[in-house]
Amino acid sequence: MTNIGSYHERVRDFNWNIAEKELGYNPGDTINIGWYCSDRICRMGLSDRIALYHEGFSGEERKYTFNDLRLATNTIGSFLRDLGIVPEDRVCLFMDRIPELYFSFIAGLKIGAIVQPLFSAFGDESLFVRLENAGTRAIITQRKHLAKVRKIADRLPGLEHIIIVDHRGDKELLKGEKAFSLTEATPVEEIEIFPARADSPSVLHYTSGTTGQPKGVRHVHYSLISQYLTTKWVLDLRDDDIYWCTADPGWVTGTSYGIIGPWSMGVTQCVLDSGFSADAWYRFIEKYRITMWYSAPTAIRSLMKAGDEVVKKYDLTSLRHLASVGEPLNAEAVIWSEKVYGLPFLDTYWQTETGSIMISNFPGMKIKPGSMGKPFPGIEGVVLDPKTFTPITEPGKVGLIAFKPGWPAMMTTYWNNPEKYSEKFVNGWYLAGDRAYLDNEEYYWFIGRDDDVINTGGHLVSPFEVESALLEHEAVSESAVVAKPDEVNMEVVKAFITLKPGYTPNDDLELEIMNFIRKKLSSLAMPQEIEYMDSLPKTRSGKIMRRLLHAREWGEEIGDTSTLDDE
Amino acid sequence: MEEMKDLILTYVINEYQEDEDDEITYDTPLISSGFVDSFSMVSLKVFLERKFQISIPDDKATPEAFDSVNKIVELVKSYMKK
Repeated sequence: MTNIGSYHERVRDFNWNIAEKELGYNPGDTINIGWYCSDRICRMGLSDRIALYHEGFSGEERKYTFNDLRLATNTIGSFLRDLGIVPEDRVCLFMDRIPELYFSFIAGLKIGAIVQPLFSAFGDESLFVRLENAGTRAIITQRKHLAKVRKIADRLPGLEHIIIVDHRGDKELLKGEKAFSLTEATPVEEIEIFPARADSPSVLHYTSGTTGQPKGVRHVHYSLISQYLTTKWVLDLRDDDIYWCTADPGWVTGTSYGIIGPWSMGVTQCVLDSGFSADAWYRFIEKYRITMWYSAPTAIRSLMKAGDEVVKKYDLTSLRHLASVGEPLNAEAVIWSEKVYGLPFLDTYWQTETGSIMISNFPGMKIKPGSMGKPFPGIEGVVLDPKTFTPITEPGKVGLIAFKPGWPAMMTTYWNNPEKYSEKFVNGWYLAGDRAYLDNEEYYWFIGRDDDVINTGGHLVSPFEVESALLEHEAVSESAVVAKPDEVNMEVVKAFITLKPGYTPNDDLELEIMNFIRKKLSSLAMPQEIEYMDSLPKTRSGKIMRRLLHAREWGEEIGDTSTLDDE
Repeated sequence: MEEMKDLILTYVINEYQEDEDDEITYDTPLISSGFVDSFSMVSLKVFLERKFQISIPDDKATPEAFDSVNKIVELVKSYMKK
């Protein structure tokens, strides 16, 4: 029996107060996610249950009970408060997947700060634009990332505190830098929990769009309601599960379902802070007897590439449920996982802005490999005609994925950018920015993005951001960036460039430009291929025609080129 | 051989080492330790191919094959012979 039971009955009888009642929340009460994920679980008598098994790349293991989690988050929260952090201050988390990252997230929420997790592989420029936009007051980081923070700190007058969780005493700290060691700090037994209301801001995740700078997606504490219930019904987590979400908390999956979902249910989770290899992942599942595994298509396709034989080396019989998120999961991967693990990966669809799962293949439901599944109960989803923005009822007709606003984890705004936020709504629908069609049984089938944003390995990369960074390289005169098809990552970044006079195309320059972008933005944004052009195709008004280059990469029809300048 | 090892090690240190206190040696795990992620492997592969005039098939450029300077040297050598 699954947690959701009958999907159709759940849809028919749905009310979000199912989650509210289970969490003991009444409308108007305070609702602090940090408290729900730690103190409440201890009050339920689960203080001694393991909250986190953590393994670093060299195999060292650490484990923490829910009481350890409660104390660690009190201690970090108290430290931040003593620094003068007050509710709604933005506190950035810029760490690898170490325990302090998970604890700092909960700690920040407990004291009412707005937590801003950022992917630790970001280069200094990616970090700068996000901290500047958010007006971040404190950043918690590690020694290994300190150089990037120091490089930009002078340009961020509002960044008062730089907290290093693994500082060595032999190195000098600069202005604003503070050392904090969780193992050396005196545990704080009690802390005053910030009395968050349903609409109190909680988390600020950054996401990329086609144009402009990255947008800060602001969520509120009430998002717990849908994160809790989707974890229970889609990920099917149960009391005795051992759960592994492979996502990094620098991205929304890593917080909604890598922290809030499992811990609000009091479920044990595992974290492996190590690079990918099939052997390492299977060994990890075997060692911790993982039962529920939430991963991403890129990882699943990499495991497929590693082959079936490596699977046989490990005992994976503990697994009972698998799910996937980040980009569409191809039918072959679903079929393959059923063959080798005896279980299909169930695809789930949602975004940074939605905060929780919107469309999914549910446990117990008929699975159509390659399909996105159906909307979560309580979510009104449609496919809209791109011209009239009215729902399409005809099966097979492609349109825009849209949802009726009102679910608890919906973003409340883009930080400092209400205009962009307003643009996401038409005719009372929230536009997801993706295209799909419905089949005759109302399953959703993903077609692609409705814009130029590149989805690489489940992470969105803005072509504009990469193009702008390319122009900062001394040799680059013009740039255009598009998605290129990729077997494992679905899409990767490809750049077309023209060079300034005095520079000639060569292999060393290509490598230099690749590394320039990797260090400035991130490895995700690094063009996996650079093509030199004599000139870039432009419209008569001088705008670079990215769509033409995109069509060429994907073997598609080029379409109307009547406005093209340079044929 | 030693020259190749040192060339690769120097490149890895220059390009991927973020904390100068981290020691990267010939046997330091590069992928599993997170010094080099799967996306960055592409630029490392480009470096190897250009520097040593070889072509490494995508299915041989695995995280395991790239996981230390010594393993990379073995991989490069196997394609230089061909």
